[in-house]
Amino acid sequence: MIAGRAFVYGDQIDTDVLAPGAYMKRPLAELAQHCLEAVDPNFASNVRRGDVIVAGSGFGIGSSREQAAQALIELGVGCVLAKSFARIFYRNALNLGLPVLVLDAPHAIARGMRVEVDIATGRVAVPALQLDYSAQPIPPFLQALLADGGLIPHLKKRFAARSG
Amino acid sequence: MMTLAEKIIARAAGKNLVRPGEIVTCQVDLAMMHDSGGPRRVDSKLRELGVGIWDPDRVVVVSDHYVPAVDADSAEILSFTRGWVAERGIRHFYDMRGICHVVLQEHGHLRPGMFAVGGDSHSPSGGAVGAFMVGIGATEMAGVLATGEIWIRVPETLRIDLSGALGPCLSSKDVLLHLCATLGMNNDYLCIEYAGEAIADLSMAERLTLCNMAAELGGKTGIVAPDARTAAALAAAGAPNTFDPSWRSDEGAATRHHRVDLSALSPHVAAPHSPANSSPVNDHAGTRIDQAYIGACTGAKLQDLQMAASVLRGHRVASHVRLLIAPASTQTTLQAARDGTLQILTEAGAILLPSGCGACAGLGAGVLAKGEICIASTARNFKGRMGSAESRVYLGSPYTVAASAIKGAIADPREVHA
Repeated sequence: MIAGRAFVYGDQIDTDVLAPGAYMKRPLAELAQHCLEAVDPNFASNVRRGDVIVAGSGFGIGSSREQAAQALIELGVGCVLAKSFARIFYRNALNLGLPVLVLDAPHAIARGMRVEVDIATGRVAVPALQLDYSAQPIPPFLQALLADGGLIPHLKKRFAARSG
Repeated sequence: MMTLAEKIIARAAGKNLVRPGEIVTCQVDLAMMHDSGGPRRVDSKLRELGVGIWDPDRVVVVSDHYVPAVDADSAEILSFTRGWVAERGIRHFYDMRGICHVVLQEHGHLRPGMFAVGGDSHSPSGGAVGAFMVGIGATEMAGVLATGEIWIRVPETLRIDLSGALGPCLSSKDVLLHLCATLGMNNDYLCIEYAGEAIADLSMAERLTLCNMAAELGGKTGIVAPDARTAAALAAAGAPNTFDPSWRSDEGAATRHHRVDLSALSPHVAAPHSPANSSPVNDHAGTRIDQAYIGACTGAKLQDLQMAASVLRGHRVASHVRLLIAPASTQTTLQAARDGTLQILTEAGAILLPSGCGACAGLGAGVLAKGEICIASTARNFKGRMGSAESRVYLGSPYTVAASAIKGAIADPREVHA
């Protein structure tokens, strides 16, 4: 279960907003300080471990740079709920161990509301609204990858099983 | 009955038939990565896995993002990349030879029917030669390097039928900006196949632009079935002659359709901060610009430079505008020098920049200050991408960028060219 405050954004939050090109050659911790600053200048200083991003369609559109997902992990984001994801971002996030769920139903989640997300079932509880939403659950084989902590630990396990 | 993309995926998955929505594991024919998302990002992951590269001869590395080095950070990245390819025994390494998507095709690495992955979101460019090529991130690339395989959900194919002929000062860039406006940027998980009677007339460079910007449409990739033009380009690039006419979609296999009449199109410009924010150039004509930028895999191939030169010939760039041109590859520069294109551009007042991703990705020379306005032949105008988050970038074809540079404001190239 992931629980935190909602940070709510609109459609097409792109990879240049998540991981600005100007900081791409800098260490991740520094890059992460600029994550989302073009649309929310204080995001990096406000966000806390376990917080949840709630966004519209096309989240992560643009570049293949996985720092877009990694910066969110670095800042402690627990989960991203979006109406739809750009495909490379979606794969990057899961490969790095960041849960991302498609929440396409209209919702009334507002900034700062507490959001509880059950990754396995896709249930999204919002106590302030006394409402539960259903996000599309992550496909089972990707849940297995996520449970291992991402693609690299997942492959490590596979290689170990093969040689053992 | 299968589409071209389905046929390639089925072959790579060792199956006779695949269907859209099915998840399969494919053997990778070629993996391409660059200095930004490549060696520096995959090395620690490969070490963690404790394995080598499945087949170094199927890997191509191109240093194009941080070239040439502008500070100690970028110099370190380039130095690390050089050391890494030597240590890992990778023969196919292009160091500062141009932008990966253009370099791959110039050197004949991609061939029809290939299943390829690239560590860059504009990897759909590979579809220009009839390969199925998708963009992936660095962790996924490490997985491919370790195993030689990748899972993929078989995409539905959206067939875009192109008919008619492009008018003067129109290019495939205008076609894509028009498509971004009409189809939007969330055509998720679709393979976009460009087909129809007009495709035969489009050069390989124009096809590369179409496939390249399938990324802006949100597609999984873009593709054009190989034809005689493809075969000629492959021969010129020294690729083995593997032209196989069966690499095409079966009639009726595509599940979605769209049509574009090229003859009805006018030059398009995308306003800040999205390629989908596009409309005919006249909607923005007169918007004063500070910079005009011709660069990137999308907009600085030889033909793109020739388009710009056809408008700039005999004109001068407006005194308050800087026109920056970063040819897509060193081969592009050489060819443009030989055919006189560079002379026309520089006589008009253009400033030549090194070949690489450069300002398109907010790197190197040509980034923008707060409040500045630029028109660029690149693919993306996301907020802050080319520099300050408070700069504004319009997208247009090389014709439109050149015309705007002359006028000092966004202009219809047909009015300048006449």
